[in-house]
Amino acid sequence: MPLLQNPFGIHDRALMLRDMKSTIIAANMANADTPNYKARDIDFRDIMQGTGAGQMINTTHNDHMQTVFGAAGGNVLYRVPSSSSLDGNTVEMDVEQAHYADNAMRAQATLTFLNSRIKGIKTALRGE
Amino acid sequence: MSFFDVLGISGSAMNAQMIRMNTISSNLANVGVISSSEEEAYKAKRPVFRTVYDNFSEQYKATVQVDGIANSDKPNDRRFEPDNPLADENGYIYISNVNSIEEMVDMTIASRSYQSNVEAINTAKKLVLNTLRLGQ
Repeated sequence: MPLLQNPFGIHDRALMLRDMKSTIIAANMANADTPNYKARDIDFRDIMQGTGAGQMINTTHNDHMQTVFGAAGGNVLYRVPSSSSLDGNTVEMDVEQAHYADNAMRAQATLTFLNSRIKGIKTALRGE
Repeated sequence: MSFFDVLGISGSAMNAQMIRMNTISSNLANVGVISSSEEEAYKAKRPVFRTVYDNFSEQYKATVQVDGIANSDKPNDRRFEPDNPLADENGYIYISNVNSIEEMVDMTIASRSYQSNVEAINTAKKLVLNTLRLGQ
């Protein structure tokens, strides 16, 4: 029964990545005024599909847990700024804020999916 | 869970921006303050920000640290005022090199940065609480 073998589908992995992405963007916003800081980000689709430079850590058993540490290795890329600044900083505050809001919204969507999955499983188990 | 890391990262930025606001207030308070030599004259102060990476995990957890406060090296203006009790032997007084317009602009930027970080923390907090409530 696939629902109980893999109850969360891709959503647990997605949530871990959303989590990591929010940290990276928060770090960008925190360093908006630090000279020579280079803004970073991850390509969400690449990591989810496993086509990026690095990918989710390989597991040899179904019960092994995925971690984001495996994904972080080669996958944190540098953002290309639309205009350069004198102090070598590539953070553009409004771009980062938009990305952060987008990421938070999608994380919230993932949480909603997870919630409804858990509710569905509970209903199925009770058999009411 | 790294939504919690957002609190640390944005918190460090809020601290740094607060130090920046403090130096800006010091600078604004000392606009037009005079003294009797260029060395003693007030120099505008600027915090020096540096990125600190969390080497234990990965290089993407970048907090901000204030490395120190640097004095502006813009030369101080001097004015010929032989009547002034602070004037040197040639009759000059030296004025602090604070430019109040620059400071006001800097203050606006600092307060905007502070606000962005507060927003980031608020959003992360909501996500953490929603994650904790999963399945309830």
